[in-house]
Amino acid sequence: MKKIHIAILVLIVGAIAVLISLLPTLSTYETVASAKEKQGKYVHLIAKLDKNEPVQYDAVNNPNYLSFVAIDSLGQTVKVVYNNAKPDNLEHSERLVLKGKMEADHFECKEILMKCPSKYTDDPKRVQESVNNNMQTN
Amino acid sequence: MDYIGEQLLPGRIGQFLIILTFVSSLIATFSYFKAVRSTDENEKRGWVKLARISFIADAFAVFAIFGILFYLFYHHRYEYFYIYKNSSNSLEFKYIFSAIWSASEGSFLLWTVWHAVLGLILLKTAKKWEAPVMTVLSFAQLCLATMLLGLYFFDLKVGSSPFALFRHQMAELPLFTSPDYISRLRDGNDLSPLLQNYWMVIHPPILFLGFALTIVPFAYGIAGLWTRKFGDWIQPALPWALVCGGVLGLGIMMGGAWAYESLNFGGYWAWDPVENASLVPWMTLVAGIHTLLIYRHTGRSLRATHLFFIITYILVIYSTFLTRSGILGDTSVHSFADLGMNTQLLLFLLAFTLPSLLLYFLRRKQVPVIAKEEATSSREFWMFIGSLVLVLSAGFIIIATSLPVFNKLFGSGLTMGEDPVFAYNRVIIFVAIIIGLLTAVTQYLKYKETAMSFFRKRILWPLVISLAIAILILAFGNINYQLHGSGYLAAIWIAVVSSVFTVVANLSYIWIGVKGKLKLSGGSVAHFGFGLMLVGILISSSKKEVLSYNTSGIYVPLGQDSKEKPGENLTLVKGVPTRMGDYQVTYTEEKKHPGKSQWYYYLDFKNNNGKEEFYLRPNAFINYKGNKGLMANPDAKRYWDHDIFTYITSLPDPERNQDTSSFVTRHINKGDTAFYANGYYVLENIQSFDSIPVQGFNKGDKASVATIKVFSKNNKTYSSKPILVEASGGSFSNPDTVVTENLVFRLEKTEGDHIDLGVKESDTVMQYVTLKAYKFPFINVLWAGTLIMVIGFLISMLRRMETRKLKKAD
Repeated sequence: MKKIHIAILVLIVGAIAVLISLLPTLSTYETVASAKEKQGKYVHLIAKLDKNEPVQYDAVNNPNYLSFVAIDSLGQTVKVVYNNAKPDNLEHSERLVLKGKMEADHFECKEILMKCPSKYTDDPKRVQESVNNNMQTN
Repeated sequence: MDYIGEQLLPGRIGQFLIILTFVSSLIATFSYFKAVRSTDENEKRGWVKLARISFIADAFAVFAIFGILFYLFYHHRYEYFYIYKNSSNSLEFKYIFSAIWSASEGSFLLWTVWHAVLGLILLKTAKKWEAPVMTVLSFAQLCLATMLLGLYFFDLKVGSSPFALFRHQMAELPLFTSPDYISRLRDGNDLSPLLQNYWMVIHPPILFLGFALTIVPFAYGIAGLWTRKFGDWIQPALPWALVCGGVLGLGIMMGGAWAYESLNFGGYWAWDPVENASLVPWMTLVAGIHTLLIYRHTGRSLRATHLFFIITYILVIYSTFLTRSGILGDTSVHSFADLGMNTQLLLFLLAFTLPSLLLYFLRRKQVPVIAKEEATSSREFWMFIGSLVLVLSAGFIIIATSLPVFNKLFGSGLTMGEDPVFAYNRVIIFVAIIIGLLTAVTQYLKYKETAMSFFRKRILWPLVISLAIAILILAFGNINYQLHGSGYLAAIWIAVVSSVFTVVANLSYIWIGVKGKLKLSGGSVAHFGFGLMLVGILISSSKKEVLSYNTSGIYVPLGQDSKEKPGENLTLVKGVPTRMGDYQVTYTEEKKHPGKSQWYYYLDFKNNNGKEEFYLRPNAFINYKGNKGLMANPDAKRYWDHDIFTYITSLPDPERNQDTSSFVTRHINKGDTAFYANGYYVLENIQSFDSIPVQGFNKGDKASVATIKVFSKNNKTYSSKPILVEASGGSFSNPDTVVTENLVFRLEKTEGDHIDLGVKESDTVMQYVTLKAYKFPFINVLWAGTLIMVIGFLISMLRRMETRKLKKAD
């Protein structure tokens, strides 16, 4: 076998090893119930903001504390704590991907990904809203 | 119904031209294909003639479509849905261009425009390679034309046209029951505020030119396999591959610059799937360029070159699929929404992947190879290793990026873990070390074989100098990135050494290797720039500092919030100077954009050294055009060696705020009572500390805390603890706020039991901004490195074009 072939083999084995080492660091998508079963494990919780419950955020007192209640598609709720600034369109989001871990009574969130009603969606209702909007502003 | 005031003609012409591009690129593909296959010279000429006419027709149709779309945007023709969705009356002229390519249709158009330009150049210059190369390019034009068709075949929608009428797209809207709807449709929905940035005018055209250019080396490779003229194609393909490497690299980094200036993750690179998708083809392309050079000089690695250029183009289409299919929805912040064209996108991918790979594997055995083993002291051996490392790391990145695709295929639910950026960085840092070393050393080796004494003699000084510089950086640069343990820190240090070596070795090679002839040193210049990029990336990321650490951390010794580590967000109450790193920052005023709901917040930065003062004006779109909430744009103060970078993270509702009050100083003693508008307060206690765990608090400094109890009229009591720190470098106070009472206390002076207390009360809701601020050191090294690398690519390209001409003249 040529040296170059050995080198290629070594590199490919290395690449595969790197990929395998990635696996244990991966996380999973969960619901409230399944996240509660995985206490302390870093997961992606897919839920919505529960609009019946108040959102707690006071930027003047502590801009790094946000707390709200999330509800998943099965109707289960969990308190979420996020030690960061409140994403401004939280109340208008349709769907939240909450990255973090369950800690006893609440979900300690590290990162929030929001799915907002995009103006690019071709949902007629939203387009009508935007049309109305543009008629008013002029 | 007859509608009044619509302008339908431009749209009809546009739609006709789209169909024309489809038909003409179909004819061009077919005719070029026949031209390659025909053996009779006359017949061949006939086919080529027909193909050229068709391709030129296609090119001009594409340019005309672009022109019409520009016209429609310029005249605000909102009867066209694309115009309505992506522009408004207040949109500045320059942003018409960003609007054109802001959505999927327009970016496909941009791509096909560049293909047309490249095709016209190839018509002129490709000579004997014209027919096979242009077959591939015309076929790509055909695929892109289908993306713009916007026609239904039975129930299947093929493509999405930018000329679709609003009332056709949204027929059910009540708006369209009135014939004069145009007069009511007075404004458009506007371009997404994030895209209203000058980078969005220039970044997409450059990036798409880069994407479009990848087809040229790919097409030459395919042409070589197809016509069995193995290896001949590399002469004309090399300058194309080089310019592609430069332009695509520039386009990617411009995207980074845009992210840095207008997105809020606080950086230029986040390993977002959309970023990865454009980086990966660049890596495989660069690998292809290197194996191509190996072939040119030694006759080896031709198979790998074919494969790498094929992979590059497949990856370009694959990234198109990733970013436009909506499959990245949960993982990327800036992918396009699902257009309902996934099947079509997948077919586009397969139409290029299957035939090209099939052709490669069928003809692979016929591609010439050199049986004799290369020496480990040869340049080509290490160049090949480097290329392979690039391709494998590209593979790692694209596999990690493709997790959502695997989830879809296998029904799994996996996603990147707790720290996705680190998941990439911990691998790429080793790639950077290896690539850095190889880039530094390999040019000092000769092709075929190198005498070790010769090599040692030439590399000695660069090595010594690099080590010296690297040691200086590590010793005095204070690179101490602790977030991921000492193993990772060690890796960063080694990577710094390796990238400094790249910089020095390549810079010296311009004199040692090619005797200072800049014309011949394109490779060294590009590598030098690349090395600078590595240095810039390593230092700016590992030394990034948060300036806006919330000084509520100061409360720790006082027992409040003791569990909490200081957050990265800091709230600035209007008119109240607050300490932030080396600065006293005051939020002084805000100004509104005359035409839109965009606000600029004036932040006065005073350096504690007393010598410097400047303003930063981060801005935010608020409740803009139905986009509820806040969209913030950062602002940065640039120095040669670092940037101070800040952006708004949260705001009160600006409409309600008209705070004009200021601090009034009162002299009170311990136990005294004073009144405010809504009640009274008592100074309960004054404590002094001589050590608190706060940055900048040194021995001999003194911190005082006043405890004030507030009794409001409605029988509520509050406690407030303003702080005064008297440090050797000057004193600063940390005011405290009783939010519900709109009351701010600022401790100004303490003398035993007597204090000067600044009191500020306002009858409206408090005005404040919450922000994050960072210090980025040496980010300019990254930008400068990028430019130098691109210049290096271009020098090489010019040089290769010259040698090609010389060879022809022989």
